[in-house]
Amino acid sequence: MYAQEVKSTGKGVKSLDEMEPLERAFQEKVNADIKIEPKDRMPDGYRKTLIRQISQHAHSEIVGQLPEGNWITRAPTLERKAILIAKVQDEAGHGLYLYCAAETLGISRDQMTEQLLSGKAKYSSIFNYPTLTWADIGAIGWLVDGAAIMNQVPLQRCSFGPYSRAMIRVCKEESFHQRQGYDIMMKLCDGTQAQKEMAQDALDRWWWPSLMMFGPSDAQSVHSAQSMAWKIKQDTNDELRQKFVDQTVPQAKYLSLTVPDPDLKWNEEKGGHDFGEVDWAEFFEVVAGNGPCNADRMAARRKAWSDGAWFRDGLMAHAQKKQTRNVAAE
Amino acid sequence: MSNEWPLWEVFIRGQHGMAHRHVGSLHAPDAEMAINNARDVYTRRNEGVSIWVVMAGDITASAPSEKGPLFEPANSKVYRHPTFFDIPDDVGRM
Repeated sequence: MYAQEVKSTGKGVKSLDEMEPLERAFQEKVNADIKIEPKDRMPDGYRKTLIRQISQHAHSEIVGQLPEGNWITRAPTLERKAILIAKVQDEAGHGLYLYCAAETLGISRDQMTEQLLSGKAKYSSIFNYPTLTWADIGAIGWLVDGAAIMNQVPLQRCSFGPYSRAMIRVCKEESFHQRQGYDIMMKLCDGTQAQKEMAQDALDRWWWPSLMMFGPSDAQSVHSAQSMAWKIKQDTNDELRQKFVDQTVPQAKYLSLTVPDPDLKWNEEKGGHDFGEVDWAEFFEVVAGNGPCNADRMAARRKAWSDGAWFRDGLMAHAQKKQTRNVAAE
Repeated sequence: MSNEWPLWEVFIRGQHGMAHRHVGSLHAPDAEMAINNARDVYTRRNEGVSIWVVMAGDITASAPSEKGPLFEPANSKVYRHPTFFDIPDDVGRM
């Protein structure tokens, strides 16, 4: 999802009997739903997986501000503009909650920033698509934040305390994001023919990338089993994707929009929708850095980091000077 | 990329006369900026009426390994809870 490329050791999940005593004690704690806290003993793999997952999740929140930020100056009304600013500000906040959670595992903020800017750390593939029209802001709130909620709700029960607590805060705020997006879509679908077409066009472009957000199919996803044993992850990628499709299709119908999937149909027997295969070749291209906006997003983050350097250093120098003066006065 | 801003722990007192409660942490160059940043990061929806910030390095925490010696002695002292005592209904409200 927001951490689509979390690679594991590739080893299978050990049974309790195969584990060393410390490892077994840890697994038993996880099995008993006792939260793991930063200073507790934990396997290296658990720590590494979490650092990767949480930092990629944080980077996604931060980079995720860019496609929507693109429309702040062009929002159709002052109210929409204020709402969009609030929404983008929330994304910044979510990034900060998550960075702090990752820092409790022993990685510094600067190290994480460095990994993002060097391209070593990934962020969600979804933010490498362009926002061409105002309807894209509606589609992002409705679909992208909708998919994010689907993923983040179970993460509230993650075994790692700080991540779980950050997710509880995020989920409280996320529902506003999805509703404001759907509200934009409703308005457009209630409008002129051109506005309806704009809404349909946005759904056409955002549908498949939204399904990709859940990550590769379980069959191809080696890390899933270990993450699930550690209760970092509660549901498989395919389960969440199915849930998202089932929830979203009626919402599209309410808008009288057509989901761009000829294979989509209700399957009475399984009590869910059948749907077409995601274009995984496209997904892996975007993750590898070759999506339509990868270069733009990274350039924007690098520019923000280097343009802000004098400001960060200036505030730090001021704080140090003030402290020295206070000590001298005592 | 050196000179990272220090880490602060943030505590917020909510609306209803509750105690300050730990809500998370953030980086800031000094206490004043930490308060400003905490306002933006942790009270965007009226969550608080007061903010405390403390440098993370100034907090002393109990170690997970001390959990037994620190907290187990309380386990056997169930009489500290009012429900330990059976008071007949006839006594009335107590």
